[in-house]
Amino acid sequence: MNTRSIMIVGVGGQGSLLASRLLGNVLLAQGHDVKVSEVHGMSQRGGSVVTYVKYGDEVFSPVIEKGEDDVIISFEQLEAARWLPYLKKGGKLITSTQKLDPMPVITGAAEYPDQIIEKLTNAGVEVTAVDALALAEQAGIAKASNVALMGVVAAKTDFDDKLWQDALEQCVPPKFLELNKKAFELGKASA
Amino acid sequence: MKKLMLGNAAFARGLYEAGVTVASSYPGTPSTEITEYAAEYDEIYAEWAPNEKVAMEVALGASIAGSRSFCGMKHVGLNVAADPLYTASYTGVNGGMVIAVADDPGMHSSQNEQDSRHHAIASKVLMVEPSDSAECKDFVKTSFELSEEYDVPVIVRMCTRVAHSQSAVELCDRVVPAQKEYTKNPQKYVMMPAFARGRHVFVEERTQKLIEYAEKSPLNKVIDNGGDIGIITSGISYQYAREAMGDKASYLKLGVVNPLPVELIKNFCSKYKKVYVIEELDDIIETHCKKLGLDVVGKELFGYIGEFSQALVAEKLLGVKTETVSFDGNVPVRPPVMCAGCPHRGLFYCLSKNKITVSGDIGCYTLGASAPLSAMDTTICMGASISALHGFNKARGEDAEKSTVAVIGDSTFMHSGMTGLVNIAYNSTNSTVIILDNSITGMTGHQQNPTTGKNLKGDPAAAVNLEELCKAIGIKRVRVVDPYNLEETETAIKEELAAPEASVIISRRPCALLKYVKHKPALKVVNDKCKGCKMCLKLGCPAISVRDGKAVIDHTQCVGCGICTEVCKFSAIEG
Repeated sequence: MNTRSIMIVGVGGQGSLLASRLLGNVLLAQGHDVKVSEVHGMSQRGGSVVTYVKYGDEVFSPVIEKGEDDVIISFEQLEAARWLPYLKKGGKLITSTQKLDPMPVITGAAEYPDQIIEKLTNAGVEVTAVDALALAEQAGIAKASNVALMGVVAAKTDFDDKLWQDALEQCVPPKFLELNKKAFELGKASA
Repeated sequence: MKKLMLGNAAFARGLYEAGVTVASSYPGTPSTEITEYAAEYDEIYAEWAPNEKVAMEVALGASIAGSRSFCGMKHVGLNVAADPLYTASYTGVNGGMVIAVADDPGMHSSQNEQDSRHHAIASKVLMVEPSDSAECKDFVKTSFELSEEYDVPVIVRMCTRVAHSQSAVELCDRVVPAQKEYTKNPQKYVMMPAFARGRHVFVEERTQKLIEYAEKSPLNKVIDNGGDIGIITSGISYQYAREAMGDKASYLKLGVVNPLPVELIKNFCSKYKKVYVIEELDDIIETHCKKLGLDVVGKELFGYIGEFSQALVAEKLLGVKTETVSFDGNVPVRPPVMCAGCPHRGLFYCLSKNKITVSGDIGCYTLGASAPLSAMDTTICMGASISALHGFNKARGEDAEKSTVAVIGDSTFMHSGMTGLVNIAYNSTNSTVIILDNSITGMTGHQQNPTTGKNLKGDPAAAVNLEELCKAIGIKRVRVVDPYNLEETETAIKEELAAPEASVIISRRPCALLKYVKHKPALKVVNDKCKGCKMCLKLGCPAISVRDGKAVIDHTQCVGCGICTEVCKFSAIEG
């Protein structure tokens, strides 16, 4: 099969690394060649972060360029808007409705755009918007909004549920596993 | 079994499988995780050294003792370790020695974009460059064999996209070669002029042998798809070229990047009408080709700056541009910021408020340069804050001494700040140095350091007492403040700037992200009391924003540090 591309975007600290590792493990277990490109270091400190996940028969470049991406998974609305040009026309965008003001908005140097979800829909891509933070809080673990959103992704894709469960067990520390599984299930049910 | 592994994790696996027993490094993005993963193998002794020079000397000592050894660093770290590197090239090794150097094209987390291949060329050591995680592991294992066979330290050149990308790796067992015997050999290991002259002859002969090796090395691969276009490339650039061009080009993928082969490249070029060189950063392969009289095209198309991509290669070689969708509206940038509850914030707020000139350094606190705090005037390299402050004050005299400070983190101070402070005491400027002691190496992701009381494995270790150290250096005025207490912090800064001698302020509070730091409940804004004056926004806290003219605090981010309550004149923020 041709290489397919998924981007996970958000704000540093929202847990995109864990989300990408879950996805990477599911894809590898499916027998694909997989590459996952992460961001570490300075950008992790509250900046805009992106993780690239690519899979297929043989993946070469670990990065995704504008107009190449099949699916964007976004933990924050403005980040969905920022990375939209990477999506192919007709691509899928799954975003949390959470809003986090970037520093230029906080200092008053810029404004947070309004009606982001509507504008994304009008751009010619398929948008699914979910309040992943509310789902995670419902599960009793606000930090797991990343995993709740991956539950939505699981519902929107056709990978075997067992693979997701295995990936959760591999990637989430045992102490938080049950609560994360709950957040994942709530995400799945919401889609 | 195939496992999805980060390039850095695969590198560490290579160290394990190759039988490495001693690893010493200093953290630096994107190289840090190699040593962290290596430390997870009980069979490898792994440590954080105070800086890269120390780390490389430790690794060389272990190699001379007969064991396979490793040290890892980022590109700028190799500048610090350049001194031992250039002479380690002369001494050669006993047990194999491998050095990881991670370049950062695009400067995701660095202060410059230097190309480490220059160091390999200048120091005349072997350098190899993997292009994915599987190659990271394989190249590391091969490097140990080559190190021992050719009596040379081997640099494995990483870059951000290889270090921080995960791909599939096949795991093998660990094989530990018998420790080599150590025999006294001053002609090889005592580099005084008489012996070093002999070793230089050896180094030049070795380079010729390494070129012969590069001609036939299995790390250099030709992928011949026929056609008119040939591409000479290495590392991550190969992946970009291969994805963009597929079977439309043939490739010479160089795994050995120093020294470069001659005949292999000449033969490759002779087969294709047009040959391109695709290499990120500097034109090292291209210059080599041109010196051989070969007609290749490289930097005139691709330039020297930043990262490449498959889209760039497709655009330059095929004239293809991808169609994109766009968002209807402005998207404000989201630069990195100090975290909510970051202990550095209070200190930088005080510096900003008093319009103090700040000689900065490398770490999370470099973010103090960003708006709204904008409290940093210079950032150069590890340790430069203190030494540059001394120079600044010598040049501008008393006025500067009363309005300029240096800021440096605890780990950076240990790395190369101490010597600058010795200079201030010894050559006497009335300088004020602030050590931001957050009890950890923050930016690179929480590594222990000589001030934290723990070693890399998390076991108890000797802790440097910063106050006593500064006093021993000759600084008489040393005081400690809590940066969550703005009044105390501001008073200390004013008093020490005014004082008639050099002083050190230790701004001490652990990083808010440390697991043992207990967070208070999120604070709330009392709507009736908030006048919308936006004073709290001057802190640049990502948890505070304004909605409908009133401040609001994001409860998912706020850790209750309380410095916003200190700046609010209307007591509108409560716990």
